[in-house]
Amino acid sequence: MTHFPAWKIALILAVAALGALAALPNLFSRQTAEALPGWIPHRQISLGLDLQGGSHLLLDVDTGALIRERLESMVEAVRAELRTARIRYEQLGIAGSAVQVTIPEPAERARVEEILRRVDPGSEVETYEDGRITVALTEQAISERETAAVEQSLEIIRRRIDETGVREPTIQRQGRTRILVQLPGIDDPERVKRLIGKTAKMTFHLVDDGDLSQALAGRPPPGTMLLPLVEDQVAGQQPQQLLVNRRVLVSGENLISAEPTFQENEAVVSFRFDSVGARRFGEATTQNVGRLLAIVLDNQVISAPRIREPIIGGSGVISGTFTVADARDLALLLRAGALPAPLTVIEERTVGAGLGADSIEGGKLAGIVGVILVAAFMVLAYGFFGLLAIVAVVVNVILLLGALSLLQATLTLPGIAGIVLTAGMAVDANVLIYEHVREEVRQGRSALSSLDAGFSRAMTTILDSNLTTLIAGIVLYVLGSGPVRGFAVTLSIGILTTMFTAVMLTRLMVFTWYRRTRPQVLPI
Amino acid sequence: MFRGIRLVPPDTKIPFMTVHKVCFAISTVITVGTILLLIFKGLNLGIDFRGGILLEVRLPQAADLSQMRSTLGGLGLGEVGLQTFGADNEVLIRLEKQEGGEQAQQVAVAKIREALGGDVTYERVEVVGPQVSAELFRDGLIAMAVALFGIMVYVWFRFEWQFGVAAMIADLHDVVATIGLFALLGLDFDLTSVAALLTIAGYSVNDTVVVFDRHRENLRKYKTMPLDQLFDLSINQTLSRTAVTSVTALLALTALYVFGGEVLRGFSIALIFGIVFGTYSSIFIATPPLLYMKLRRGTSAEEKALAETP
Repeated sequence: MTHFPAWKIALILAVAALGALAALPNLFSRQTAEALPGWIPHRQISLGLDLQGGSHLLLDVDTGALIRERLESMVEAVRAELRTARIRYEQLGIAGSAVQVTIPEPAERARVEEILRRVDPGSEVETYEDGRITVALTEQAISERETAAVEQSLEIIRRRIDETGVREPTIQRQGRTRILVQLPGIDDPERVKRLIGKTAKMTFHLVDDGDLSQALAGRPPPGTMLLPLVEDQVAGQQPQQLLVNRRVLVSGENLISAEPTFQENEAVVSFRFDSVGARRFGEATTQNVGRLLAIVLDNQVISAPRIREPIIGGSGVISGTFTVADARDLALLLRAGALPAPLTVIEERTVGAGLGADSIEGGKLAGIVGVILVAAFMVLAYGFFGLLAIVAVVVNVILLLGALSLLQATLTLPGIAGIVLTAGMAVDANVLIYEHVREEVRQGRSALSSLDAGFSRAMTTILDSNLTTLIAGIVLYVLGSGPVRGFAVTLSIGILTTMFTAVMLTRLMVFTWYRRTRPQVLPI
Repeated sequence: MFRGIRLVPPDTKIPFMTVHKVCFAISTVITVGTILLLIFKGLNLGIDFRGGILLEVRLPQAADLSQMRSTLGGLGLGEVGLQTFGADNEVLIRLEKQEGGEQAQQVAVAKIREALGGDVTYERVEVVGPQVSAELFRDGLIAMAVALFGIMVYVWFRFEWQFGVAAMIADLHDVVATIGLFALLGLDFDLTSVAALLTIAGYSVNDTVVVFDRHRENLRKYKTMPLDQLFDLSINQTLSRTAVTSVTALLALTALYVFGGEVLRGFSIALIFGIVFGTYSSIFIATPPLLYMKLRRGTSAEEKALAETP
């Protein structure tokens, strides 16, 4: 049937034109594309990090450390509660994911249970025959804590990365305890990794006057701890240890600003506390003039200056052996706040901008050469009808590029491979149609009925063969990750555009040609 | 007007079914060979699945590999693989997954950066820790299984079950043969290889389905023709299409192999061979199993299906 309803012709042409229009901005540079007239779509295909260069980091929030920390503080709370209540206890400590204590006096166990229940609302208390009582965090409490920690980490990482001036970073939660960071245009992520690798928990402690040698022998006096001095680690020797009080005078949470600056030609960080911090800091320094004040960052002593006079104003200076860059980064970390738990980089993929540009060039060349080879072969195999197939393939690739731009799907290097492959496999639909037409012609049918039968008989086969590939594409999209997903995207969209160009566009072209020329014999 | 040349002459009468036992033998050898290769040689798993570190660096001058080997070998990071890559001042550095968990990988990268100094450009850095590589491997296996299953279910719905089973045999054959090729040549098997395998699975079934469509058509048309003759007829009828489509796909992939750059090379090779296997299997392997599974012919259900098809 040569009759095509006008609306169908209009629809086919409109889709093709729309695809071309959507693909258009990709011909220009980004700036030119932005400046295009309003009625033209402005969106360009967004390139994956493997094509534009950049760094992909997958971080794992060490929630184990978080839970351990919580359990440790629960141990301290239990100790304090039991002491206040004057109850004798033994073997208080952490057992697995619970706090465990043994109460020798059976009569007191019920009371202890009561007290322990108040320690953490998200815990379950259990008493055993032998007098052990455990306080275990519930699954729900753990998961809530994890979520809170991951969300907070996201926020703090965002602040830290924003301050480094990286443009358009992607920072998002992935899975239960993971954070995905994508930094376009960054080919040396070392600084960013250093910045997000630090917990940046700062606390101020008094240096203890106790016996250091006793402590070094493994018996620190109660309420104190040994911490390494950071400056000596640079020299690569055994770091000098410092005995400091466990009690925190003020912590970094109370900071409201931190800036790198210079003092006596040395890079230092100046800071300012909020009102609570300023009051605590003032009190502590007033009471302890003459003693050493340890400034602790992530369990290392940055410096331990002597308190010469009370510091009332709530501001001060941290000096250490900083380079200018160190001071700048430390100030940045203090401003952005501490991470609730340590982070580990568990996957890194960084591609330099140069390599990305090479990949795009290679992909373009492969695409162009591929289309030319396929085109030449199709003309060789089917003559005039081969030419029509080429038009279909070219429109197909344009539609595919347009769809990628409109959907803002990410194009990756395997994605480019998907486009080239689509160009090679899309002609299959034309091949199927033409082969059927040839058969019909051989069987002595007229030109028109051969065309008609060829198209309709090829239809089911085209559908079948494309759907099987689409299944593979969809699975790959759902289960794949990163660049491979880009391949799934172009492969799947390519199949859809192929169905359109083969079934609708080729048909339109063939039948329009037929109506114009009314050939008795098909040139096939 | 130019009508195009006939790549495959019309009305070929190649007796494919007569050689099907030979083809079974060849494919059995390929399959068993692959299994033996996998057992004794194993796949050369890439960084995605094995974990480890890969750096592509550009040096200011031509690389002195032996000097680099001694510099990097002295860091105590295990075996260091070095190879020039493209130009002679571009070097690919590979390290095994480091002992000591996730942190150790980053420590190793930092050591290498320090050892290589400042005048080196890092074109590519990939670090995959033990957790992620294990997950990617698992996800890859799941993707393969789900895709093959999905394709099988589809073919099953579209045809009788015998066709589904036969298509699956051919499909698995192509995937296994391509994996065997990876093992034989020691090509890096990574995420893009899985993508290539899934594409091959899709393509191979696609090729097979075209032949099966013709079988179905002919089964309705020639109700008394012996099965082996009927199958030969369908394969010969679709031979031209099979050949042309394979050639166009291969042409596009050859362009990709030659111009697409190093990263896509393994991917294109896998697809090129996958398509060769897929073409072979849709002609020689997919159909013969149908001879052994009792196909119902000319029943009322098929009459009805025929009536429904225009």
